[in-house]
Amino acid sequence: MQYSVETQDVVRIFKAHDKPVTALDKVSISIREGEIFGLLGPNGAGKTTLIKILTTLLLPTKGEAYVGGFSVVKESEKVRKIINLVSGGETPGYGILTASENLWFFSQLYGLSFSAAKEKTKQLMKDLDFEEYAKTRMSKLSTGYKQRLNLARGLINDPKILFLDEPTLGLDVLTSKKMRGYIVDWAKREKKGTVLLTTHYMAEADEMCDRVAIIDRGRILAWDSPLKLKENLKENVIMKIEVSSVQADFGFLEKMVGLAGCSQTRSIQTDTTTLKVIARDEQVLSVITAKLEEQKLKILGVNKAEPTLEDVYISLVGRGFEEQEAHVSA
Amino acid sequence: MSVREQLIHDLKVAYARLWVRIKGGNREPEWLAAELIIPILTLSAYIYIYKMLNAPAEFAGFVVIGGTMLAFWVNVLWNMSAQFYWEKETGILGVYFVAPISRMAILLGMALGGIVNTTLRAAMILIVGTLIFQVPIVVYEPLTAILVFFLTIIALYALGMLFASLFMMYGREAWHTASLLQEPVYFLSGSYFPTKFLPFIVQILASLIPLTLGLDGIRKVVIQGERITNIWLNVVSLVIFILILMPLAKFTLNYMENLSKKEGRLTLRWQ
Repeated sequence: MQYSVETQDVVRIFKAHDKPVTALDKVSISIREGEIFGLLGPNGAGKTTLIKILTTLLLPTKGEAYVGGFSVVKESEKVRKIINLVSGGETPGYGILTASENLWFFSQLYGLSFSAAKEKTKQLMKDLDFEEYAKTRMSKLSTGYKQRLNLARGLINDPKILFLDEPTLGLDVLTSKKMRGYIVDWAKREKKGTVLLTTHYMAEADEMCDRVAIIDRGRILAWDSPLKLKENLKENVIMKIEVSSVQADFGFLEKMVGLAGCSQTRSIQTDTTTLKVIARDEQVLSVITAKLEEQKLKILGVNKAEPTLEDVYISLVGRGFEEQEAHVSA
Repeated sequence: MSVREQLIHDLKVAYARLWVRIKGGNREPEWLAAELIIPILTLSAYIYIYKMLNAPAEFAGFVVIGGTMLAFWVNVLWNMSAQFYWEKETGILGVYFVAPISRMAILLGMALGGIVNTTLRAAMILIVGTLIFQVPIVVYEPLTAILVFFLTIIALYALGMLFASLFMMYGREAWHTASLLQEPVYFLSGSYFPTKFLPFIVQILASLIPLTLGLDGIRKVVIQGERITNIWLNVVSLVIFILILMPLAKFTLNYMENLSKKEGRLTLRWQ
């Protein structure tokens, strides 16, 4: 079976001042045609590095990668004809040109005729609901409209495979929802293409993706449909425990037997910490509450939770995204 | 894709990039005023110094033509050579390199757009400078003047293409390198004085800059009324420059693109 995207033991090592940094460590994934595939991981996990390799912007140190059946190293010209890339938070064009002028310019990079470019530009602006800003200079557009323009640019050539790198980064809830809806429509209802999406928003991956790969420190830890990934946690007990301290030390959780993982969300405003614990055994929870009481911490609430993709990540890595990002930056 | 289709695609890309440059360059007219007034002020200073020293009247012509051609050098340096650096900083370079296009087509578009915009500005500097300072113009062979002008421009922009590929990989170094190149070329090319007054070894070094040869040729034809038989060496040298710089720019661009992808610097910003 030929996959739309396939990588085999891709390794990428960057030279750093003190020692080499392995951004991708033997990454092997395969994405089927028409699939929306999510790469989920914290900042610094290697998501963007993988996207850059697949879009021919970066060479792998080792391993093979194919897009549309073409090698990204040896047949990069053929790869570029069938792909496009949209990165969240990027400038979607030249600030001095209007939205429609920018789209026309990018259409020319893909060889569209004058009439086809005009039609396509109009259609995309209509579909993404920013026709009224067609004659507004890009520099004067709000972040949300800039990102709509960016997505329109990514679709201008009707790519067979669309790469989206954090496409809703920094967008408000409504714009994010609109963008997600449009991407799913584009890929599914119109059966247009394959999408590889990177995100660190769990809900986004859950809502949009047919399958998700969880990536951490350059390694793929698990990949399957969001439902199946969550089902794997069914035998665990997931609890949210709210504690009345923002400064308490929860280091004891790391050594606790029977705990698949835990995350901490601290709120300075309410002076509370919410612990999310994934326990293999319900009895572990009573040990945790006893330990908290020992530290004279007030337990404000204990709630059972349904598994989410975040819990899948916590169970695989042992901690949550935010702690992982803090760990990476430290 | 056949060769013909590829060529049409490349020309479309070049035209689109040219269009962006012209549209963008003329959308903010305040820049036009600055680009016209500042060179006129600079060349006025030199002309008044020459007048004060009772230099021959043709020196004013030297300065006006030098000032006119410098507009192209500034454009080549800041809007051509350093352009890929700016495109990298704004994220557009990544879009170019993901698209199925010839990088040379993009550079060609940038160069042509730069030539069109700068020719308009340079023509204004030439006309205003000539009228204000009553520069004596003696042209017997206007076609030769046009030929030398275009050869100079092509050689200059080919040099710009070469620099663009070098600057593409680098970060802030590109900015510093452009600054470092600006003033020495002003001096060595003899923009405001004839290079024959420079020491011989410096003249040899200066002749490695296409602008020096072009300026010298244009001045001889336009101010001193010389003919192609007297400036054939300038013409041949400029053609040689073009024949070397164009393929070298293409080779360097491919090499730097590959190296950037290897080192992960193609889209790395704020270096």
